[in-house]
Amino acid sequence: MEDWEPRIVGFLCNWCTYGAADLAGVSRMQYPPNVRLIRIPCAGRMSPKFILAAFMKGADGVWVSGCHPGDCHYLEGNYYARRKFALFKNLIEYMGIEPGRLHFSWISSAESTKFASVVNKVTSAVKALGPRKHGIKAFTVND
Amino acid sequence: MSDYTAKIKEISARLLKEEKVEMVIGFRKGTVPMMNEPCFVKTPEDIKKLVWDSNCGINLANYLTGRKEKIGIIAKGCDSRNIVTHIIENKIKREQLLIIGVPCKGMIDKNKIISMFENEINEVSENEENIIVKGEGFEKTLNKNDVLQENCKICIHRNPAIYDELAADLLDEQKDIDRYEDVRKIEAMAPEDKWKYFEDLLSPCIRCYACRNACPLCYCPTCFVDESKPQWVGKSIDPTDTRTFHFLRAYHCAGRCTDCGACERACPMGIKVRIFTKKLEKDCLELYGWEAGLSLDERPPLDTYRPDDPEDFIK
Repeated sequence: MEDWEPRIVGFLCNWCTYGAADLAGVSRMQYPPNVRLIRIPCAGRMSPKFILAAFMKGADGVWVSGCHPGDCHYLEGNYYARRKFALFKNLIEYMGIEPGRLHFSWISSAESTKFASVVNKVTSAVKALGPRKHGIKAFTVND
Repeated sequence: MSDYTAKIKEISARLLKEEKVEMVIGFRKGTVPMMNEPCFVKTPEDIKKLVWDSNCGINLANYLTGRKEKIGIIAKGCDSRNIVTHIIENKIKREQLLIIGVPCKGMIDKNKIISMFENEINEVSENEENIIVKGEGFEKTLNKNDVLQENCKICIHRNPAIYDELAADLLDEQKDIDRYEDVRKIEAMAPEDKWKYFEDLLSPCIRCYACRNACPLCYCPTCFVDESKPQWVGKSIDPTDTRTFHFLRAYHCAGRCTDCGACERACPMGIKVRIFTKKLEKDCLELYGWEAGLSLDERPPLDTYRPDDPEDFIK
C-alpha cells in the first residue's frame, strides 16, 4: 500500500471555505490533491445522507467545512449544522467508522492558510487509517 | 390491572356521553396472547372492548398523526411524551386531545416469554406481581419484573407527562437507574469491534420496516427508503444498505425518541434496534441536556441552538 492515495469528499460552504479554497488557489498554495470538493450553499444544507452516500460509494474520508459561528451568511445555519454534526459524528463512530475518517472545520474565506493546513491534516489522518475495509457498495446504473 | 381497565372504561364512557370527544383510542384484547391491539371506540357499545394490562406496549401516539376530530387517547408515560412531540411538530393540536393518562407499571416482553417455552402459548393472564402462562400441557407462573421489556426496566418516566384525566394514582418514578450501560459498552469498543457488533446485530434484518411503521415519529409523506431519484439507500438486504437504513432511521429520531420500545417490540426478528436510538438519546442528554416529550414549551434540540454548544470535534 505504499502508493495508495485516499479519496476524500469535501463539502464546502459557498460563502466561506469555498472562497478560501479559491484564495488558496490564486495564492499558489500547495496542498494534497486527495480532496474532491463539492460546493454547498451553507453548512446547514448538509444532509446526513450526503455523508452516508459518500462513504457508501467508497470515499475514504469525508470533510465538511463552513463559516465560523456568528459568521453564517444566513445568520444561523452553521449553529443548527453544528448540532446535527455532533450527533451524526457520534453515531457514525458508534457504528464502527474510525474517528479519523469524518472531519469538520470552520474556515472563513480569508483563511487560505487554514484551508491548506486543514486539507493537510485531513489527508494525513485518512491516509494513516488506510483504505476502508467495509461498507462500500459498487456503483450501479442508477448512479 | 382490572381496576385500571374499569377506570379507563368509566372515563371513556363519560367523555363519549358528554360528547367531549368523537372517539377514544385505546387497547382491546388481541387474537393471540400478549398482543393487545389498538382500538378506536366511537360508540358506547364498544367501550366494553377496552382493556389495560401488561400487553399494551404499542405506542398509541402513532394513530394521532394528522387527525382532525376530537380524540380521547389512553396514554402511558412514553405515549404521552410522544403526544407532546406530536403537538410540538404540529401533527395534532392540543385542543383536539383529551389525554387519559395511565401511570404505567411496565409492559412484558412477549419474545422473551415465547422463547422460554417450547410449546405454543395459548393463554397469558396476570395479577399484580406475576404473569401466568398456559399452553398445551404446561402452566407456569413468572415474576413480572423478570419478563419486562428492556425499555420498561430502565424507564424513568412511567407517569404521563401531560394528561387531562388519570386512570390511577401517579406512581413513584424509578430512581438511580443506569439507562445507558449497554451504549457505554459499545462506545468503549475498538472501531473494528463496533463494526462487527453491528454487522452481527443487523444480520437477521429482513428490511420489513416494521420498526419504522410502529414508530410514532416516522410520519414523513415519503420515507427516505422509498425515494428513488436519488436513491439514498438500496432496497435489498445488502449489509451496507441495511446498516444505512438503521442509521438513518435512528438519526431521524434524534432528540425525538422517547424510548417507548415500539420499534423493538415490532421487530419480527427480535433485533435490539433501540441500541441506535438510545445512543442519540444519550448524546442529546449529555450535549444539550434534553429529554424528549417532557414539555410543550421547549423546542427540540435540532430545532434550536446555543452559541456555546460543544464543538471540540470541529477544527
